Amino acid sequence: MCLAIPARIIELEEDRAVVDAMGNRWKAKTTLLPDAKLGDLVLVHAGFAISRVDEEEAKKTWELFAEIENFEKTRNKVSG
Amino acid sequence: MLMLDRIAQAQDTIAAACRKLGRQITIMEVCGTHTVSIFRSGIRSTLPDGLKLLSGPGCPVCVTDQGYIDAVLQLADRPDCLIATYGDMIRVPGHNGSLETRASKGNVRVVLSSEDALQLARDNPSQTVVFIAVGFETTTPATAVVVKEAAREGIGNFCILSGHKLVIPAMRALLSGMNDRIDAFLCPGHVSAIIGSGAFAEIVADYGRPCVVAGFEPLQILEALAEICRQLAAGKAEVKSIYRAVVTEKGNTAAQRVIAECFDAVDGYWRGLGKIAQSTLALKAEYSQFDAFKRFGLADVPGKDTSGCRCGEVLCGLIEPIQCPLFGRQCTTQKPVGPCMVSSEGTCAAWYKYGRRS
Amino acid sequence: MAANPERILLAHGGGGQLTNQLIRERIVPKFRNETLAELTDAARLTLSSPAICFTTDSYVVKPLFFKGGDIGKLAVCGTVNDLAVSGSKPMVLSLALIIEEGFEIELLEQILQSISVAARENEVTIVTGDTKTVERGSADGLFINTSGIGIRLPNVELGFGKIEVGDQVLLSGSIGDHGMTIVSQREGINFESPLTSDCAGLAELTCALFEKVPGIRFMRDPTRGGLAATLNEVVEASRLGIEIGERAIPVRPAVQAAADMLGFDVLNAANEGKFVAIVSPQAAPECLRLCRAHRLGREASIIGGIVPARDVPLVELVTKIGGRRIVQMPYGRELPRIC
Repeated sequence: MCLAIPARIIELEEDRAVVDAMGNRWKAKTTLLPDAKLGDLVLVHAGFAISRVDEEEAKKTWELFAEIENFEKTRNKVSG
Repeated sequence: MLMLDRIAQAQDTIAAACRKLGRQITIMEVCGTHTVSIFRSGIRSTLPDGLKLLSGPGCPVCVTDQGYIDAVLQLADRPDCLIATYGDMIRVPGHNGSLETRASKGNVRVVLSSEDALQLARDNPSQTVVFIAVGFETTTPATAVVVKEAAREGIGNFCILSGHKLVIPAMRALLSGMNDRIDAFLCPGHVSAIIGSGAFAEIVADYGRPCVVAGFEPLQILEALAEICRQLAAGKAEVKSIYRAVVTEKGNTAAQRVIAECFDAVDGYWRGLGKIAQSTLALKAEYSQFDAFKRFGLADVPGKDTSGCRCGEVLCGLIEPIQCPLFGRQCTTQKPVGPCMVSSEGTCAAWYKYGRRS
Repeated sequence: MAANPERILLAHGGGGQLTNQLIRERIVPKFRNETLAELTDAARLTLSSPAICFTTDSYVVKPLFFKGGDIGKLAVCGTVNDLAVSGSKPMVLSLALIIEEGFEIELLEQILQSISVAARENEVTIVTGDTKTVERGSADGLFINTSGIGIRLPNVELGFGKIEVGDQVLLSGSIGDHGMTIVSQREGINFESPLTSDCAGLAELTCALFEKVPGIRFMRDPTRGGLAATLNEVVEASRLGIEIGERAIPVRPAVQAAADMLGFDVLNAANEGKFVAIVSPQAAPECLRLCRAHRLGREASIIGGIVPARDVPLVELVTKIGGRRIVQMPYGRELPRIC
């Protein structure tokens, strides 16, 4: 019910922002995050930033997936 | 630690807890996005037999009453109305077709944001734009913001048909009567970003069930299940959030404020669960000009479900989709009978799309 | 852009002066070849072999222009690829245009240029064509149909019936690029993005594979409906099962992020420059090597294998966390979901 992805605020004018997620750029409103700043990592849902994302915590998830990817590159067979 | 190690550790914790308790553990998730994530990552296939994972009323489209859907279609049939809706609602069948079957007339537009719906109103002054406002607390603030914006700018040809619902009253209703065999809840990550993990304290206090908030990555869900199992095995019940990157105890107070400014919690009808007190959001009197119910004289009455459709029991976690006689036969994703099959996050659709059908 | 751009009139499809003018001045020069220049009712061809593949496809993509290509490039590559994956070397194409009244001639020129470039790159000749116009509102600007003939390669016998348990599933590269690029540009969903379509003709690579490696059982390009549709077509027709591994499927991060944002599944997204091949276990390593050594197959991967069907032939995915789930035939229309 709640598709939202983390994206970085790369432009901000009042509550109108442009956010970047893996290179894709979207418009989003920061009306619900009045303290949002340029450069913040935020969760975007239905065109609104709804929460700040703690970058250190988020990185842990990303790092883990990168580990798995790395681990797999050495073999190219389905294990399941 | 390597993810594979963390996965193994979570699975060990779950298996140990199941062994210790010696009975079936039933955990319910109440978020359609969790339903889909669990299926797509194949988590069920890695869980021990003693752990049953149920899907609850977490798909806002699925719990939207038939009466609401028929009201939407009534408005879609009006030549003076432009319907703005999230994609999720397009295929939901009413008694007479769906928005999809009406889309060829050109007055049904899929929007990705409530702001797009408001812009539609600015761009089409000769028509009334009706925004189909469905969703839980994650989505409600987006509606509230544009209602306030419309009021500020005096955009008279914009209104919303509010089908917004609250998660916690539904959890209470389940535990109070409909399905008290639920041992614990996997709590929705993004709803919690808005309402705060602390909101689930009342479930723990009043019903003694563990409530663990998780994000949507498979490892998050596995570790949340492990935490729940750990609590159950120790005879504890607590609120805990492992979605540390996003969720705080208090939540997003600005979002909570804007919801409270625009909406009142009223009794409402949930498909399959019936009437739940203080569970649905209606626009406050001061915004009644933006309330499509009032504007078009529509009553929010429960509609009648198609005979044979057992979505209600599925939504309460009382049966699994495969136990519904229509599942996979008369009711498929190509020709859905009930909302649990038509919604992309519906339990039946998830089973049908990602699970074996026999 | 000119203030009053030249536009297509209904008369351009009338078969008279304007039609001739359009064909001789705008269309034929782009495809300089003797057969077309004759402008006879039918192209007279003498092919090196009577064993041919013949295919047709219509192109109605919207938007007409997208990052990585346009409807013209698509019309050539798509038909080339159908011939390529069928085990033939594409030789000639027909080109039929249905143009909406009012279409800007400048845009038509651009598309014709794309067709010309794509045809040259893929070593196919446009030998015959047709041009019609329709009233305003009857077409989305432009529809194209291309039919193609390819010479069947010797000793290549492909078919569902050739597939055996133990065969490997080879994917030539990342999935979802084209589908997500189109979605990102379509009206109503606007986001700027580094996504580009993977639109490309594959014959150079497929012909090399067929010529050098025996043991290729089946090949298909996963266009509409994506990888999910193609693999389901295979299990449906062969009555065998397929098991694939999520970790082995290459997906660009920007493509995944776009799909996550919109609630789309990359397995269902269209690809216009990729193929899936079912190959014998002996052929797999060499096929993989040849693909990766070629610009069109750098990210090629063995993503799974053919397994016996249990009760029903299904496509099963082993997920990133080692779980299992089924990959079904997609409904046919992906809608963005929010809640």
